[in-house]
Amino acid sequence: MSSTSTTPESALKIVDLKKVYDTGTEALKGVSLDIKQGEFFGLLGPNGAGKSTLISMVAGLTTKTSGTIEVAGISVDKDPDKAKSFIGLVPQEFNFNIFEKVEDIIVDQAGYYGIPRPEARTRAEKVLTQLGLWEKRGDTAMALSGGMKRRLLIARALVHEPKILLLDEPTAGVDVELRRGMWDFLRELSANGTTIVLTTHYLEEVELLCSRLAIINKGEIIEEGSVKELIAKLNYVTLLLDTKEPILEAQKVLLRDLKIKKVDETTLELTLNPGETVNDAFRKISATGIQVSNIRNSGSRLEEVFVNIIEKDSNHA
Amino acid sequence: MNRSPILIGYYTMVRKDFIRIVRIWSQTLLPPVITTALYFAIFGTFIGSQVKAINGLSYISFIVPGIVMMSLITSAYMNTVSTFYFAKWQRTIDEQLVSPMPMWTIIAGFVTGGVMRGMIVGVLVVATSLFFTHLVIFNALIIFCAAILTSLLFSFAGLVNGIFAKSFDAISIVPTFVLTPLTYLGGVFYSVNQLPPFFRTLSLGNPILYMVNAFRYGFLGVTDVSIAVCFAVMGGLTVFFFLLTLFLFIRGAGLKR
Repeated sequence: MSSTSTTPESALKIVDLKKVYDTGTEALKGVSLDIKQGEFFGLLGPNGAGKSTLISMVAGLTTKTSGTIEVAGISVDKDPDKAKSFIGLVPQEFNFNIFEKVEDIIVDQAGYYGIPRPEARTRAEKVLTQLGLWEKRGDTAMALSGGMKRRLLIARALVHEPKILLLDEPTAGVDVELRRGMWDFLRELSANGTTIVLTTHYLEEVELLCSRLAIINKGEIIEEGSVKELIAKLNYVTLLLDTKEPILEAQKVLLRDLKIKKVDETTLELTLNPGETVNDAFRKISATGIQVSNIRNSGSRLEEVFVNIIEKDSNHA
Repeated sequence: MNRSPILIGYYTMVRKDFIRIVRIWSQTLLPPVITTALYFAIFGTFIGSQVKAINGLSYISFIVPGIVMMSLITSAYMNTVSTFYFAKWQRTIDEQLVSPMPMWTIIAGFVTGGVMRGMIVGVLVVATSLFFTHLVIFNALIIFCAAILTSLLFSFAGLVNGIFAKSFDAISIVPTFVLTPLTYLGGVFYSVNQLPPFFRTLSLGNPILYMVNAFRYGFLGVTDVSIAVCFAVMGGLTVFFFLLTLFLFIRGAGLKR
């Protein structure tokens, strides 16, 4: 659990939040977070870590066992209706009426937020156009593709122009092109001042979009900080080297003082420990006659951090 | 939310349900009209013509108010239990729960849908009865108040059923095994004064008896029980179910995880 400090510009402040289900399952074991206004915050964690529980407790869909939640300085216990008016929720599951028309879903949602119908129609046109769904306004939600349904959830969450947007795995099952389009849209939204809290399984998403993140495992925050800070904790680098010619066993023997592994006939995996430089390693590789045609990262840096942290946490438990 | 945004939220819910009720009229409005037309024809005209007068009224005149009330009760109840359970099952209820609408407004939205359908069906069934008998109105205000209170009461009751229901089967158990027997034994087809003392006393424990009799009094000016008691029972039960619904909503029972 990380500590938090009170600042006036907190968009979302959670202190010692606990959730114990009737079955006895402890979904959250005292989570504290302080997300600043305008931040793009990522919440990472394996399945069942408590991400969705946390999001739905903030949105008022799950009751909390103990702890406090403040949205833009408003306590959800003291003034839940006002706190809710600042939040837009994009849930993981499709929870609109599939028999309703796309435009009606958006306009009715605006109505629940007290927006008069003529204004709601104008706002619906705006958000549906932004998300590329205006052409589909007359179709029932059932007729939309999976990606379109995801965008409809986002449009619905934005119609009342919330200060904080909670996104619970918004790009799950969305194809690469659409996902990138969604990223651009979220970046623009963040640039315009909306605070965004994103839970996702895609580490690349967090790396590209979020300024800060927290890693949650088994109902507890086990790491919190900026993406750069977390990557700095990774004390080694792994590179994949593509060679021009197949690697000979004799050449590999000459590289025994490097941490190197043959992946296939023309690929080597090089791990650099603290203190080692790429220059040193390449001098040794060149000396063997191996010609490197391409260098790649072995995977997402953040993914390595994430896997390390989760593994360490699981081993301690 | 100040008053106006709350009203907009409430209006949105009511408008949506009204459009749904009218759009699927063959499921919401037509069945009670067909069923009651059969009741009027078979029990009122074919069999009723051979039944002696009750309280000086022809049998068909006597049963019309009870049959109207029966349709109104079923329609109001089924509207809230089905719309609420469907919203819960599809999680579309989240659309309202995440919004700043106070809990009582969400309850009012669902309940108004039930009252609306109950009243529309009531008017349609009264209109259907005109094909079989003459309309007599003793006191329009009592008819209106009894109809509103009963549909309100059963809309709340339907909501409570919807909150506790965990499957589609659970939303038909109460209407089939509780509501229908109570309605049939609530003096729709007979006067409880015709029953032996034991069964008459037993019938006084059936709340639907008071609704049917209040409604019948409004139309025909006859009742088996005191009209003041009828309204006290209806009012008391309506307040009870309202408070129960509010309590369950605030606790998040069946709504929140």
